[in-house]
Amino acid sequence: MNTLSLSQLRRNPARLIPGPARLQSLAMALMLPAAGLLIFLFIWHSAANMIDTSLGKFPGPAQVWEQSVNLAAEHSAERQRAHDFHERQALRNAERLAADPAAMVEIRPYTGKPTFFDQIGTSLVTVLSGFILASIIAIPLGILIGLNQTIYIAINPLIQLFKPVSPLAWLPLVTMVVSAVYVTNDPLFSKSFLNSMFTVLLCCLWPTVINTAVGVANVSKDLLNVSHVLQLNALTHVFKIVLPSALPLMFTGLRLSLGIAWMVLIAAEMLAQNPGLGKFVWDEFQNGSSNSLGRIMVAVLVIGFIGFLLDRTMLLLQRRVSWDKNAILR
Amino acid sequence: MNTYLQLSEVSIDFPTPKGPFRALDKINLDIVKGEFVSLIGHSGCGKSTVLNIVAGLHQATYGGVLLEGREVNSPGAERAVVFQNHSLLPWLTAYENVELAVKQVFKRTKSKAEMRAWIEHNLELVHMTHAMDKRPDEISGGMKQRVGIARALAMEPKVLLMDEPFGALDALTRAHLQDSLMEIHRDLGNTVIMITHDVDEAVLLSDRIVMMTNGPAATVGEILAIDLPRPRQRVELSDDAHYNHLRHEVLAFLYERQRKVEDFSAAKKARDRATDAPSGRSACAV
Repeated sequence: MNTLSLSQLRRNPARLIPGPARLQSLAMALMLPAAGLLIFLFIWHSAANMIDTSLGKFPGPAQVWEQSVNLAAEHSAERQRAHDFHERQALRNAERLAADPAAMVEIRPYTGKPTFFDQIGTSLVTVLSGFILASIIAIPLGILIGLNQTIYIAINPLIQLFKPVSPLAWLPLVTMVVSAVYVTNDPLFSKSFLNSMFTVLLCCLWPTVINTAVGVANVSKDLLNVSHVLQLNALTHVFKIVLPSALPLMFTGLRLSLGIAWMVLIAAEMLAQNPGLGKFVWDEFQNGSSNSLGRIMVAVLVIGFIGFLLDRTMLLLQRRVSWDKNAILR
Repeated sequence: MNTYLQLSEVSIDFPTPKGPFRALDKINLDIVKGEFVSLIGHSGCGKSTVLNIVAGLHQATYGGVLLEGREVNSPGAERAVVFQNHSLLPWLTAYENVELAVKQVFKRTKSKAEMRAWIEHNLELVHMTHAMDKRPDEISGGMKQRVGIARALAMEPKVLLMDEPFGALDALTRAHLQDSLMEIHRDLGNTVIMITHDVDEAVLLSDRIVMMTNGPAATVGEILAIDLPRPRQRVELSDDAHYNHLRHEVLAFLYERQRKVEDFSAAKKARDRATDAPSGRSACAV
């Protein structure tokens, strides 16, 4: 206990508590969320039983669990089919080549329907591409308008105008522009991917722009004076003084942006029938089997969980790059 | 006496909705090389504004500042500032904070190894080599201020400007730092302008004390030459008749000749209250 440094204590106050009490606090940290979860499951279960829809009863926890097992099974079955297909194709090609070495063999891709897990992958790739591209635009833009009052006054009305626009309003425009501009015989990206990604990008620019700008504009006057006295050039000024100061607010913006990106993407995929979790939900809704609602509920939970993981990832990233390791981040 | 730093008719107006507000009025001050000058005056009299004009952070509306015959109109490394609240970059260690300044000033004239030695030398001057890899939030207030001084010294400035450098420190730490500063000034012979609220500090450290009148339109009231021999020992001086006489002179200026600051603000408050009252009453009537 005596060897603990002050900074360690600040980071982890639980270390101060002696053995049994520490165990107790750990138990509390696990028990309380578990209790909350149990109560939620109970209410969900009871309420679900009382709701009758045209597709049967609203799914309770048990049905949702059953459907998630089904979805996993379908996924592995689909993978098995793909594997078998590739094996058959390889075999057939080998036979053909054995009969005639000059034969033109074709390797065709497997064209099965994407499983739930494929859709998760598609959505993740799309959201991250859109978010990273948006950040590459938003951070420099935020720094620029944070540093320069004139540019800020010029651009701020535009930001305020575009910030509240719903993704669904952008979607038709993005779709038309992408199909008009992205004309190629050998597309590197599918159009549906580009549509979803640009819609995400347009919607998740703003929190990062605004928060970065606020962070940059609020750099302490004293530090600005230091920069003036040292006659730092613009680049050193930005990297040594402005960015470290603005980092906490910048990350607040990035986390808000990523949250918005994820929500926008699901909506865009539903509306545009672009591959991804949104399409999965819409397809199940259209499908209308007795299992559909359970499967949609699985998707809802997965969407929530992925959103949570994305936010935690940003938080970890912030901890990594933040200079103030004692700052309380949540 | 050949003047090194000259403040000539320095005046500054700040714009207000009611028209320009004259904060400083015709400040004249000639400082020779190696001189230690303190500015003392009541809060709000514009001491910091004078310092900021010399630093180039503010522009005088009339008059100007000459350093070695050249006009000062922008900030520059030859006029290093020690700020009141240290103003170290919290994300850099003590060493890196000094390094930022050194790289800026000596990037063309010193090699990497020379810079490293120079940074360490300056941290040595303020007795901070033991904590040079610590960040500001890991060291005490006095230590931060030492690093701030090291950063300013490392720029090899022609003039060292100190804005109440020890104002936020406790009395013991302040005494330590004052002794360190006297040592440094003896060894390096810097030209220093220091703002202070502390009469003892001013008398102990300075060659001259510039006493400022109260604002608005503050100006130089009196200049007191401190002809105590150096090195000065605070304990011996506390019993020295001449030291106490000089101290008395400053106190008399601040609390007898220029004491009207409180009266002035009290009178102003009373006047404000008087003008507010009728409108307040009419608001109640409505």
